[in-house]
Amino acid sequence: MPHRLPLGVPRRPLRRVPLGSPLQLLLLACSFALAAYAGIRLLAGDWFGVALWIVGAALLHDLVLLPLYTVADQAVQRGLGAAGRRGWTLYVRVPAMLSGLLLLVWFPLISGLVDQPYRSATGLSPDGFLTRWLLISAVLFGGSALLLVLGRLRRAAKQRPPAPH
Amino acid sequence: MRDHPRLPTSPGFWRSPLRGPWFTSVLGLVLLVGITVLFVTGLVSYAAYNPGLAPVNDQTPDKGILGFYLFAWPTDPVWLYRLTQGVHVTLGITLIPVLLAKLWSVVPRLFTLPPARSVTHALERVSLLLLVGGGLFEFTTGVLNVQLDYVFPGSFYPLHFYGAWVFFAAFLAHAALKTPTALRAVRGRLREPSDLVSPRPAPPTVSRRGALWLVGGGSLLLFLTTVGQSLGGPFRRTALLAPHGAADPGGGPNGFQINKTAAYAGITPADTHEDAWRLVVTGRTGTVRLSRAQLLRMPQYSASLPIACVEGWSTADQWWRGVRLRDLAALVGYDGDPPDVFVESLQRHGAFRRAALRANQAADERSLLALAVNGEELSPDHGHPARIIVPAAPGVLNTKWVARLTFGDL
Repeated sequence: MPHRLPLGVPRRPLRRVPLGSPLQLLLLACSFALAAYAGIRLLAGDWFGVALWIVGAALLHDLVLLPLYTVADQAVQRGLGAAGRRGWTLYVRVPAMLSGLLLLVWFPLISGLVDQPYRSATGLSPDGFLTRWLLISAVLFGGSALLLVLGRLRRAAKQRPPAPH
Repeated sequence: MRDHPRLPTSPGFWRSPLRGPWFTSVLGLVLLVGITVLFVTGLVSYAAYNPGLAPVNDQTPDKGILGFYLFAWPTDPVWLYRLTQGVHVTLGITLIPVLLAKLWSVVPRLFTLPPARSVTHALERVSLLLLVGGGLFEFTTGVLNVQLDYVFPGSFYPLHFYGAWVFFAAFLAHAALKTPTALRAVRGRLREPSDLVSPRPAPPTVSRRGALWLVGGGSLLLFLTTVGQSLGGPFRRTALLAPHGAADPGGGPNGFQINKTAAYAGITPADTHEDAWRLVVTGRTGTVRLSRAQLLRMPQYSASLPIACVEGWSTADQWWRGVRLRDLAALVGYDGDPPDVFVESLQRHGAFRRAALRANQAADERSLLALAVNGEELSPDHGHPARIIVPAAPGVLNTKWVARLTFGDL
């Protein structure tokens, strides 16, 4: 029998990190083995550059891009709320998100960053991308404004007392 | 301190009422299917280059067992690569909003405390770095490459190929661990409480279904402004922001999409002039040198074939005319049994200025050394004086400004 501690002083068990599910552990080990096999080849060239891109992509997304659009969305909500136009939120948010999404994906072409190689490789003019993006954005915001106005008109029509016979 | 809602490590910091297992699971299941299709079409594209045939086709010579599935790329149907690579690129672009929404929906977990509950949990989180970092790496390199923005650290082919395997390794583990829960969540059979649900949600400004509609709308918008560059014809005009959308270069018979212009490849009129240019064909019985006029005196054949690029864009079928590769093989001792052929361009630099075609490609009746397209002589940008055109082969294997053909087993 081990020596018992006095009552009221519970013996603290040694903190050990639990292992978790062995099946999941096996699965993750297999996944890491495959990732390592490909990863060695991925890092064979400019290993630092590639590692920077992979870790940087995750950090840039989670710590910069995501907070940035969250804050922008909250600013829109607060601004419209302060102006007493809370009902407009979706009508600003939806076209802004769609327009921003197109800019995010096609940024090199829209910004003119690749104008020179694009023109020389494809024989096409790189000039239209910014214009077309602006036009699409204008259509999105314009369509949204139109929906807002139509919605108000419909509501106003419903609230009007029925005409007497 | 731990529950201070000003810190992202506190569950109360995350206030969106949208977050929850149903929202994450719907997006996750869409990605499960979508990314699987992306991975498979990516592997198919890798096989389409015939990397096992010759070192010049192989951008990833140390691939090892990752090339286990390679097969001889067929020449039928002629639109095969158009389809698989069009799906790969267009679907990848279409899935971007889903990926972003999925990452947004689970971001509180990045800050979860304690960082690890068990050894398995710690390893799972390391795996998630490969999943998120690898996934973003794949999408980013792909999106940049189709826009010719070669800023990534190395050559696109090995980065995107090995990166895909790293990402897919983590993706498989994640899918195996999470799919059962996701399926239960979308069926509304999830009993246990989820840490994704905010303990002090802000008043909703949009429903979960509304948010999904927005994600779907973003995907639809990207799809509609991209897919036209793969459909070609009148649809190209609808691809308003895709690199090979909106317009065709110039008009006339040669007015279809160009991968790399003659100027870009450093081809000068002096190189391709009638007096200077000769096609050198080598084989079992020696070497033959042919001028363009001599090639035009050989039997001319026609084939309606598309150009389909690894960047996802493609053209409708163009009407090519020229000398069959099998007839050129016959000139140098391979009568009726053309072997593999090694093709060299006048181009002095750049990947794929030399390429290998497999015997089944050289033997196909529609595989031509084209001299004309759509009833007119090839333009410099489409490979004048002569170019290769092979059914179903990726664009860059249809070598332009051909200088030399070497027939023989590679």
